[in-house]
Amino acid sequence: MSQPHPLPRWADVLLMPVVNLAIALLAAGLVVALIGQSPREVIVMLVQGAFGTPRGLSYTLYYATSFIFTGLAVAVAFHGGLFNIGAEGQAILGGLGTGLVALWLSNRLPAPILLPLMLLVGAFFGMVWAAVPAYLQAYRGSHVVITTIMFNFLASALLGYLLVNTLRAPGGMSVESVPFGPAAHLPGMHEMLAGLGVAWPSSPLNISLFLALIAAVGVYLLLWHSRAGYRLRAVGASEGAAAYAGIHPKRQVILAMGLSGALAGMVGMNEIAGVNGKLLLDFVGGAGFTGIAVAVMGRNHPVGIVLASLLFGALFQGGAEVSMEVQGFSRDMVVMLQGFIVLFSGAMAYVISPWVGTLIHWATRKPRAAASAEVAKAAGGTHG
Amino acid sequence: MTRLPPSLPAASAEPAVAVRMVDISKRFGSVQANADVSLSVRAGTVHGLVGENGAGKSTLMSVLYGFYGADSGHIEVFGQPVRIRHAQDAIALGLGMVHQHFMLVETLSVIDNVMLGAEPHVLLKRADALVRERLLALMASTGLRVDLDALVGDLSVGDRQRLEILKTLYRGAKILILDEPTAVLTPQETEALFKVLARLREQGTTIILITHKLKEVMRLCDHVTVMRGGRVVHESAIAQASVQGLAEAMVGRQVNIGRPSDGHAQPGEVLLQAEGLTVCDAMQVTRLHGLNLSLRAGEIVGVAGVSGNGQSELLEVLSGLRAPQAGRLTLAGESFESGSWLDPRAARRLGLAHVPEDRHARAMVMSFAAWESAVLGYEGLPEYSRRGWMRHGRMRAATEALMQRFDVRPRAPKLGSAKFSGGNQQKLVLAREIGQAPRVLLVGQPTRGVDIGAIEFIHAQLRALRDAGCALLVVSSELDEILALADRVLVMNEGCITGELPIAECSEARIGLLMVETHKEAA
Repeated sequence: MSQPHPLPRWADVLLMPVVNLAIALLAAGLVVALIGQSPREVIVMLVQGAFGTPRGLSYTLYYATSFIFTGLAVAVAFHGGLFNIGAEGQAILGGLGTGLVALWLSNRLPAPILLPLMLLVGAFFGMVWAAVPAYLQAYRGSHVVITTIMFNFLASALLGYLLVNTLRAPGGMSVESVPFGPAAHLPGMHEMLAGLGVAWPSSPLNISLFLALIAAVGVYLLLWHSRAGYRLRAVGASEGAAAYAGIHPKRQVILAMGLSGALAGMVGMNEIAGVNGKLLLDFVGGAGFTGIAVAVMGRNHPVGIVLASLLFGALFQGGAEVSMEVQGFSRDMVVMLQGFIVLFSGAMAYVISPWVGTLIHWATRKPRAAASAEVAKAAGGTHG
Repeated sequence: MTRLPPSLPAASAEPAVAVRMVDISKRFGSVQANADVSLSVRAGTVHGLVGENGAGKSTLMSVLYGFYGADSGHIEVFGQPVRIRHAQDAIALGLGMVHQHFMLVETLSVIDNVMLGAEPHVLLKRADALVRERLLALMASTGLRVDLDALVGDLSVGDRQRLEILKTLYRGAKILILDEPTAVLTPQETEALFKVLARLREQGTTIILITHKLKEVMRLCDHVTVMRGGRVVHESAIAQASVQGLAEAMVGRQVNIGRPSDGHAQPGEVLLQAEGLTVCDAMQVTRLHGLNLSLRAGEIVGVAGVSGNGQSELLEVLSGLRAPQAGRLTLAGESFESGSWLDPRAARRLGLAHVPEDRHARAMVMSFAAWESAVLGYEGLPEYSRRGWMRHGRMRAATEALMQRFDVRPRAPKLGSAKFSGGNQQKLVLAREIGQAPRVLLVGQPTRGVDIGAIEFIHAQLRALRDAGCALLVVSSELDEILALADRVLVMNEGCITGELPIAECSEARIGLLMVETHKEAA
């Protein structure tokens, strides 16, 4: 009774993201027009750059892969009632774990054993890195938002320290490790497609995309089909009801954050094992933070997250193309565009929903009036 | 259904009409909350507005008080057509509303609460003196006495309510709207409130009383309007009304309410025994003082008392939600000491089910679908999950069956838990807990926020469970409910049991006295 015109479900799930995206593009288009460029030209080039060529599409999907991992990480924590701002740091630690295994064993183990091991250790590192703030939240009352932000800085500093002091290639000038052995290389998509007889341009896109999609399915099954997921969502939605049901909220906090960290840690498979083949600085590149926007825009549902990841991947790739092609359209303009999308689709996702709700209400008023008259008539009988 | 002829323009002998609402309609989405509702309240009378939850009485009053604009219809106050857009408009017209949940600042004194937002002078000292003078006069004329310098946080519930009424009158209210004013009061406090209201009426104040307690309507009101499904279904002078008639108008069919406990109990073996339960809260305030309690098979033990005197803590301790600082519990042959208390899962395993007081925060996950909420607490049972995977088909089928058995409407397992009415939510929770055939059932506020029709049904279910040999503990702040259900009554005050009576020796007055008795007096 308090909300005048709540959105129908189809509108909330399908219409709102599109409307929000349109508003973001409109606002960005306005800025583009203000600096004297043609918004139409920019948007066409952006879409072309992201989807128009096999190579552009590959880059889009490559960026999207990391966003899927971090978006899922944020979503799992969210369903457990936690706001994990630390996917960035957990991804750094995940990459570190993946890289350490590769450095240690890439010349001793064959790929079919080594790669799963790299995945597991990477996920484990991310999990442990997330479990510390989770423990502090559950048993010491330190807010997980604050601690995960701090753990991002700690992770970054730890990686820098290890690379500079311990892992740097002997005699190397840049801050990075020696390249891994060939067994630690996750096959690229072009390599795999070549094996199947399909010619595909070389790109950073690798088979960790499939891993990300499997993770999305896994998260869906976990949250909505497993007992553990039922309990996790119960705690996230109502701690009081969960306690009443005999679920220990504190353990669920650790579980949700641990899973979240493990998912973020898998970013290492894409960036370290799939692309770089060595440990280096800044390989996460903000994917952890983009994951927050992806999760919000994707309504914390795996399907939405995959779609939102695709959008943000396209923005990264298409934006890079535009900044190279269009005079005066700098890299910063791409960041601005991303900013608008995060603002309208994430932070302000529900700002216009009351108006849209009212619009839908008015548009569908006639048929509903008849239906609700029936409801009112039946109301006397349904009470009790 | 009696219906008075439409009131004629006030003749000189007739009392003036204070509020006239004509053909008010208000729709929320697909719900017609008010449909052509007309209400006419004569000046200087007490007018009862009764109806089940969702009948539209709160919406109607919200329209009158300017919280919502009506879709159609018009309002007259003291004969003048008015448009009320905000609460400020309503206050300026002489309307005053006392909400069910008090709107007071606990850390301020009584007089500061009255002044807040209506300071008569820029200098607080001067304002204080002006307000004090007017308040003392008001207190003397109405009989509403409150210590002006006490902190609101230290006041009893009854005092807070007096303060709310005083605050409204201070702001010039000539028409007082009271929303469920007696829900939080002891019988004695209710008595005192009614004296004040009667005196206010004598002095010409018009009072609109929103309530679902029909006995109070019969005692205090001059006129009564009954709403159901957004419409007025009955209006009459109180002389032409009866409790039974009003109840039937509210529900739309015949009901049995307030019938005394049937006394069929045949208590058997002791199923639950608690000794020396002591609970301190986070502020180190003792909420339970060494409480002893035993529940026998085949009896309903009612716990009466004003809310907040340890009843909630008692339920939490017995159900395993909270470990006591001291005490011992024997349940189904297993003993638990305060150091290693049982948890809710162990309690369920031992056949103890619990319908918590707070349906929204505990009994259901409001964002879950009904079929998910319908297994809450039992999600680990083999019929609902196997090898870690939930069995959705079985959960839905089981929910369907529970809804069938307990007449939950609408019978829609996929609907969100929050979308059911309070009564139907409660029926689903009861169905879930009773469906597991418990040996001991704890019930907190079995019918809070539940419609009359559902109350009857829920009471019948609890009695049937008792007759099947279950031990029941029912905590309720509604004395009528305790009297209707219990075979044995425990009265709690300040964390102690101040009295224990078999139902045959219970009367409202006797329980009321025990509700305010302190530990020392009881000893």
